[in-house]
Amino acid sequence: MTKPLLSVRDLVVEFPTRRGTLRALDGVSFDIAPGEVLGMVGESGAGKSITGAAIIGLIEPPGRIAGGEVWLGDTRIDQLAPEAMRRLRGRRIGMVFQDPLTSLNPLYTIAQQLIETIRTHMDVSEKVARGRAVALLDRVGIPAAARRIDDYPHHFSGGMRQRVVIALALAAEPELVIADEPTTALDVSVQAQIIDVLKEICAERGAAVMLITHDMGVIAETADRVAVLYAGRMAEIGPVRDVILAARHPYTAGLMGSIPTLQHAADRLVQIPGAMPRLDAIPAGCAFNPRCPQVMDRCLSARPGLKPVAPNHAAACWLADTGVTHG
Amino acid sequence: MAEPFLTVTGLTRRFDVSKPWLNRVLEREGRQFLTATADVSFSINKGETFALVGESGSGKSTIAKMIVGLLTPSAGQIAIEGQGIDPADPIAMRALRRRMQMIFQDPFASLNPRWRVGDIIAEPIRTLGLMPRGDVGREVGRLLDLVGLSAADASKFPHEFSGGQRQRIAIARALSSRPEFIVCDEPTSALDVSVQAQILNLMRDLQDEFKLTYLLISHDLSVVRHMSNRIGVLYLGRLVEVADAKRLFHEPQHPYTRMLLDAVPDLALSGRRRKSVSGEIPNPISPPAGCAFHPRCPQVKAECKAAVPVLCATPTGRAACVFAGGAPASIP
Repeated sequence: MTKPLLSVRDLVVEFPTRRGTLRALDGVSFDIAPGEVLGMVGESGAGKSITGAAIIGLIEPPGRIAGGEVWLGDTRIDQLAPEAMRRLRGRRIGMVFQDPLTSLNPLYTIAQQLIETIRTHMDVSEKVARGRAVALLDRVGIPAAARRIDDYPHHFSGGMRQRVVIALALAAEPELVIADEPTTALDVSVQAQIIDVLKEICAERGAAVMLITHDMGVIAETADRVAVLYAGRMAEIGPVRDVILAARHPYTAGLMGSIPTLQHAADRLVQIPGAMPRLDAIPAGCAFNPRCPQVMDRCLSARPGLKPVAPNHAAACWLADTGVTHG
Repeated sequence: MAEPFLTVTGLTRRFDVSKPWLNRVLEREGRQFLTATADVSFSINKGETFALVGESGSGKSTIAKMIVGLLTPSAGQIAIEGQGIDPADPIAMRALRRRMQMIFQDPFASLNPRWRVGDIIAEPIRTLGLMPRGDVGREVGRLLDLVGLSAADASKFPHEFSGGQRQRIAIARALSSRPEFIVCDEPTSALDVSVQAQILNLMRDLQDEFKLTYLLISHDLSVVRHMSNRIGVLYLGRLVEVADAKRLFHEPQHPYTRMLLDAVPDLALSGRRRKSVSGEIPNPISPPAGCAFHPRCPQVKAECKAAVPVLCATPTGRAACVFAGGAPASIP
């Protein structure tokens, strides 16, 4: 296997509160290869966005990385000084956030924002930067880019703004793009366009993508591999096809079953009873044990580690050893 | 066929989005209107789930609000069991409100944070005077049981519950006046998929138990497919297609419906290549002339730009497209 571009090892993120320390991420490990799209799914509060924020060093204090390592290529980035981290953001790691309106500054034109980003990271003249910015906007599918570049963000619709944000994230040609729910705020017809643009451009420039979303449909179409998070822990990680069609963790199987599909009408949806535990009340053993249909004695006391179940495919379940697949 | 429960005819709502008077005079601009819903007609039979789908700005929620009386229509009629609703008649509206209830999208906004859950659920019973005071507590407990919570939860406040549990409370409140008809405006879009499955299953069970009629508003085609009997597709305030739910997905008649279906990500990994759609919804203040979909339509012809197509009968229902063919349809 090629050397991973991003390597996250046993990442632990904690939030100290008056009532004790909450572990938002508990020993999460994964790799992303160059040019690969890794999907990250889970319910709200599972730790998807925290993982992204931890990688680029944007955890809000008092939250902190309490353990583990994050490597970008040969650089360890979880302990970088704020100034070094700032230079890395945008240059080597680009970000696309959920809401395009809050990630663009309403007081500056698109041109100013793009040119500033390009010139911060690359030693080019204003004119060259502007030419680059127009080419980028053109590439992300903004019609009449040369004219529209001097517009303000409010002149653009939601889908167009998200294209601008993608252009901004890719301006300095980063090796990794972290996209946190890039299409959640958009309509379905526009969603498809944005995902296509993101995927195409990243493939064309060889950038790896960490795609954080709760929409399994988007993952199924876009990602190469998918990681399923539950209560701050990795439940399962593997190639998209294997995880969706032959899940090895009962939570993944439940999650898949609970999604209504267009293909066949089921009378009832599979439902996982209960809800994800709050961070201050994660049960002993496997965090999923109160909701698991196949819970055993062992699950109540011992926490299963992430174990390989097939090539490239790992699950954190005591049943995974026995070769049981779900779904 | 039995008389439909709800009939909506020619429903139109315009919003005045003009600039203030002085600006209009100084800038020599006229008044501006946003047509949120234009000439929408459909009917819902008793016991069925009728769904309205469309992207943001297509007028889904405006229709829902007009049906429950939260907005007055600019034109058109709403009739329940053949009897027209007159929003100006408070006594008739009060009687109707008992028969129809609404579930909103965001259970964090639709429940009063200062009220105990028991009071929230009991409010419709008390306001409408549906039962003696002494029985209200027991009724609240029964409703909480019904939606999968426990009677003891009545003394708690909404913030003590998760999103899915709050939506259960909102459902219990909607059921407390024993309605026949519930308007569900994006009931699960604020929830995670696993919780969404619980709420959708609950809504179905309650429908079977109480013979409820639902109007389901959603932008999620797979939710709509799972829940509804018939579907209406809205585009820019107009109904472009109405069809039987099962057939809509196999034989979409309107190019917009086809486009929407193509845009849904494929979870089954059938290898279907998702067709990327061109363009976005136009500005509703100045919609394109003729068929509002024509700038995005792959099959556009000259006549599409000339006149708004009328709903015509199709093998699966009705569609407003020159290609759907057939004679103009009467309302189903």
